Amino acid sequence: MRLHRLAHVRTGDKGDTSQISVIAFDPKDFDRLERRVTVDRLLAHLPNLPVRSVVRHALPGLGALNFVLEGALRGGVTRSLSLDPHGKTLGAQLLDLDLSEKEDLSQ
Amino acid sequence: MTTIRIGAGAGYSGDRIEPAVELAEKGGLDYLVFECLAERTIALAHLRRLRAAHAGYDPLLERRMRAVLPAARRGGVRIITNMGAANPLAAMNATVAVARELGLHGLKVAAVTGDDVKHVVSTQDLPLDDGERTSADIEDRIISANAYLGAGPIVTALERGADVVITGRVGDPAMFLAPMIHAFGWQEDDWTCLGRGTMIGHLLECAGQLTGGYFAVPGLTEVPGLARLGFPYADVSADGSAVLSKVAGSGGLLTVDTCKEQLLYEVFDPSAYLQADVTADFSTARFDQIGKDTVAVSGGGGRERPARLKVSVGYHDGFIGEGQISYAGPYCEKRGRLALDIVRERLQLTGLSPSELDLSLIGIDAASRTGRGGEPAEVRARVAGRTVTRDHAAAIGAEVEALYTNGPAGGGGSDSRVREVVAVASTFVDRHIIQPSVVMEVC
Repeated sequence: MRLHRLAHVRTGDKGDTSQISVIAFDPKDFDRLERRVTVDRLLAHLPNLPVRSVVRHALPGLGALNFVLEGALRGGVTRSLSLDPHGKTLGAQLLDLDLSEKEDLSQ
Repeated sequence: MTTIRIGAGAGYSGDRIEPAVELAEKGGLDYLVFECLAERTIALAHLRRLRAAHAGYDPLLERRMRAVLPAARRGGVRIITNMGAANPLAAMNATVAVARELGLHGLKVAAVTGDDVKHVVSTQDLPLDDGERTSADIEDRIISANAYLGAGPIVTALERGADVVITGRVGDPAMFLAPMIHAFGWQEDDWTCLGRGTMIGHLLECAGQLTGGYFAVPGLTEVPGLARLGFPYADVSADGSAVLSKVAGSGGLLTVDTCKEQLLYEVFDPSAYLQADVTADFSTARFDQIGKDTVAVSGGGGRERPARLKVSVGYHDGFIGEGQISYAGPYCEKRGRLALDIVRERLQLTGLSPSELDLSLIGIDAASRTGRGGEPAEVRARVAGRTVTRDHAAAIGAEVEALYTNGPAGGGGSDSRVREVVAVASTFVDRHIIQPSVVMEVC
């Protein structure tokens, strides 16, 4: 079960910080997203991001998680050497994050 | 109950022009807002102003005004924009000139100034946002410093009857909040309404990003008609609730999902979105799809505004030199890696050693962090480096180009560029030092 089956994603940036929202298509799936899309699993899926801190805000009323990755953009859009200095291509790379849980194996 | 209809005419400086014309002609709008200032745009505009006193406003100002003013005039649509950038007064004059050319006599054009705080930032030692430096550390390289003003001066201009209001740096949502304050008389400590109005402004400020732009993943989230994307508008009520929609028949779609994405876009803590006029709370927002491409927005709120105003400081920060070259066919990845190794070694041998170097293969790891196995059909080697001088930056592209005759087999399509870096840092100033003013001209 990959993330894209349950959620859509958008990336934004401000200064040196990347912001990634993960939003359930169906609010009933929010609990599963909250369990499986943790800060650790996001960082494992996007290795070597130079983050200073990562905060995850949960918005159950909207079925959304909002990740704030401080320092991910190496100086930000005005200074970064990266091909994608805004980091706008980051969030979409989460679409194949594995959301499998033990129960899925019995199906 | 009276509502006012506010449309989004542009989501960034280079945005399409036709959707704003469509809104002005068919949208039944009361207001049309053009948001055209990104973090760095105003610093670049200041550089242009240094070279010519009448320059420094958005390069597309005249073209946008020429395109929308006739329909706006006919429909009684008032325009608000930050296309004034580094020179709102010159932007006002340029707009007046366009309006006279079009025979729109009697049109009132206002300019809002007061956001320029360069004199303050370059004479005081203020902490910068990275927590490590102060403004004194970059003092001799500062190009510009602009405070994010709130809705107040725009409201003043509207009260004076301005048909067009042109600002420099203001908070993006403030351009949408101002007509709401003007229409509904919200007080400056009505945090709930100001917070809701800020939320509506934030939803609209990126234009097409609310109506299916930056949303489509073919096979997962389909969006029709992206080439004819219609920009959104909001029908706002006095209690700060709103209905979002777009011109019927225009491309794109407006759904609860597109709204949620835009709500959180560039927002960190959704319960505390700091603006000059309010600390807005988006966490209690509610969206209901009440029709095709029609979403009702409710909830949201706010609390007391911050004591200080955010300031963006633009400063010179050296150069970035870049070169790229492509390889295709079998072993293209190996050839690409070899190309990168050669350029790295060349830069060391020739003593150029940029302070920072970025080596990647487009198609494998230039944007992607996850990597994929398997042989790609083609790759594009990319070298980018930070340098102090323009010449050293140009040398990077030159080393990549030299791979044609000195590098791996089959390299093609080499390209290079040098960019002068205008970096942006942020700081804060006490709001009481700001003295905004409104000037108006009648065509």
